[in-house]
Amino acid sequence: MNPNNYLILAAILFTVGTYGVLVRRNAIIVFMSIELMLNAANLAFVAAARNTGTLDGLVVAFFVMVVAAAEVVVGLAIIVTIFRTRRSASIDEASLMKY
Amino acid sequence: MIAALIGLPLIGATVLLLGGRRTNAWGHFLAVAMSGASFLLGVFLFIQMIGKSEEERVVGQHLFDWVSVGAFQVPFGLHLDQLSIVFVLLITGVGTLIHIYSIGYMEHDPNRRRFFAYLNLFVSAMLLLVLADNYFLLYVGWEGVGLASYLLISYYQQKPSAATAGKKAFVVNRVGDVGLSLAIILMFVSLGTVTFDGVNAAAASVSPNTITWIGLALLLAACGKSAQFPLQSWLLDAMEGPTPVSALIHAATMVTAGVYLIVRAHAIFDLSETARTAVVVVGAITLLLGAFIGTAKDDIKKGLAGSTMSQIGYMVLAAGLGPVGYVFAIFHLLTHGMFKAGLFLGAGSVMHGMHDDVNMRHYGALRTMMKITYGTFALGFLAIIGVPPFAGFWSKDEIIHAAFSQNLIIGIATLIGAGVTAFYMTRMMAMTFFGEARWEDDVHPHESPAVMTIPMIVLAVGSAFGGMAMLFVGDIEHWLEPITGFAKPEHAVSNTVLIPVTLTVVLGGAVFAWLRYGRRPVPVTAPSNVSFLTKAARADAYGDALNEALLMRPGQYLTRSLTWFDSKAIDGFVSGLAAVIGGLSARARRLQNGYVRSYALTMLGGAVLIALVLLLVRL
Repeated sequence: MNPNNYLILAAILFTVGTYGVLVRRNAIIVFMSIELMLNAANLAFVAAARNTGTLDGLVVAFFVMVVAAAEVVVGLAIIVTIFRTRRSASIDEASLMKY
Repeated sequence: MIAALIGLPLIGATVLLLGGRRTNAWGHFLAVAMSGASFLLGVFLFIQMIGKSEEERVVGQHLFDWVSVGAFQVPFGLHLDQLSIVFVLLITGVGTLIHIYSIGYMEHDPNRRRFFAYLNLFVSAMLLLVLADNYFLLYVGWEGVGLASYLLISYYQQKPSAATAGKKAFVVNRVGDVGLSLAIILMFVSLGTVTFDGVNAAAASVSPNTITWIGLALLLAACGKSAQFPLQSWLLDAMEGPTPVSALIHAATMVTAGVYLIVRAHAIFDLSETARTAVVVVGAITLLLGAFIGTAKDDIKKGLAGSTMSQIGYMVLAAGLGPVGYVFAIFHLLTHGMFKAGLFLGAGSVMHGMHDDVNMRHYGALRTMMKITYGTFALGFLAIIGVPPFAGFWSKDEIIHAAFSQNLIIGIATLIGAGVTAFYMTRMMAMTFFGEARWEDDVHPHESPAVMTIPMIVLAVGSAFGGMAMLFVGDIEHWLEPITGFAKPEHAVSNTVLIPVTLTVVLGGAVFAWLRYGRRPVPVTAPSNVSFLTKAARADAYGDALNEALLMRPGQYLTRSLTWFDSKAIDGFVSGLAAVIGGLSARARRLQNGYVRSYALTMLGGAVLIALVLLLVRL
């Protein structure tokens, strides 16, 4: 199979993720979209590693996975706390940090 | 030993100023004792000096190295020579008498201790001035004298006029001080040294132009301290201080400093004809101006102040004549110190008996009420107008003699000055001690206590015999010659011609004044329909008006326009910039709206932009 197809798929997944982050209000959905973007990036790294025949891309992909795992822990904790205090997980309502 | 001369009064001032109210009871005695001890020490050093041969008379005392920066080396050194010692004796001698007098004069003043502390400070600063062995240290004494005079002139600080007079004296003196600092800077730059010995030795080796500039700067300094034209305006206002202060300023300290400076820097003036001419012109103008102002004053102290200006004018003029005059400038300074102190103390005694009234139109016929004051004042009067054999005759006649030998116009100016002096002093005598009594019924003139009259008597004796003693016994010409140089005037008018002429002029002035003020009754209020000249003299020859028009008003306009420029232009620019940035940031902060999605969009936009730029650059 043409390795470019993996990159195209990664681009599509990234776009879907971005769209989700920008338009959805539910914090959980936004979070999932971010995960989608991260994994799209991972796919691109792995595809690139295979294209060039080096290990660099694979290494980076592992790093991204670790960071994503840590981020999930912290992010979900924040979202749960917000939900407990405000009885809502809408990110538009949590807009107190402004001018 | 020399340092103790300065140190004793300085200790007195320090104890009295730091001791506070605890020293109130005995403070004035301490001040008198310190000043008196300094005088006795001065006499001791003087006798020691007489005993030595002429070459060994100059003694120095190196206390420590004061400034030591590269080529600029200034020792903290003192220097006692024939010129300094006569000043030391005058300052401490007359100063001590004034201290004693002040015990009586200031008896009812609640701040007498502070007054005596300032007097001691004044004496100490003046001694430092005359004992310094370099111009830099002299400058310290010079400033100390300025400070002490400020404190004493504005001693009655609750009176706005006294506070203003003190400030005026300080500011005008500052103008002169600029001259002295310029002179010191010029000396260091061109001669490389500021010690008297160094300057005297090196002066001949630099360009005459530089020497002239140094001389003119020194003249400016002397004008400020000695109240010479055009910096004379502070002296008349300085009468706001207590009368003993006036005596101290006018006789022993302060105004004599300018004359001392010129004589001390004679090496500079010997080399520059231009600077000497400037000194003579300034002296001649002041001598006539002061005498002119003195003729119309009804305030006894202001009349005497005009007289001081005039007499200091004589000294400055004599100092400007060069080697034929230096000695006589100092001689006149010494005799003047005695008779002017006596006259001022006499005026203070009269005021003391007249409820502090200074207007001579309210006096009259006081000779029977105040016999001692009358007697001492009369001796001072005879001395100042130059009647032989009293002190002023010998010194003034020598100056007139020297002036005629140099220049006819200058000689005539000194002669006119002598006539006018006789006029205003006779007027003062007639209005104060003769004629009919003009005081109010509730004023009871009385003689002052002995603590005041004894110093007056001592000074009156000095006014009577001091001149003869110094000239014939002390041989002042040869005493000062090693320091200042002395030359007999060439092609001089013979004294056998000059003395009768001078005495005729003096007698003319005195008789004229007697006809106007002694024979005729004196109106109690000053007549207002008087000639322009009288009005001008009453207004101090419009010196203040001139200063205001030439310096104060333009200065005010300048500061006002600068304030306007500062508040409108500079502040306007700065605050305008702040307002613009504030407005912009008020709009910019709206971007911070709290919606995470809009931040994400911004990030995306940024990332896309960077990607596009990278692609475009690559292509």
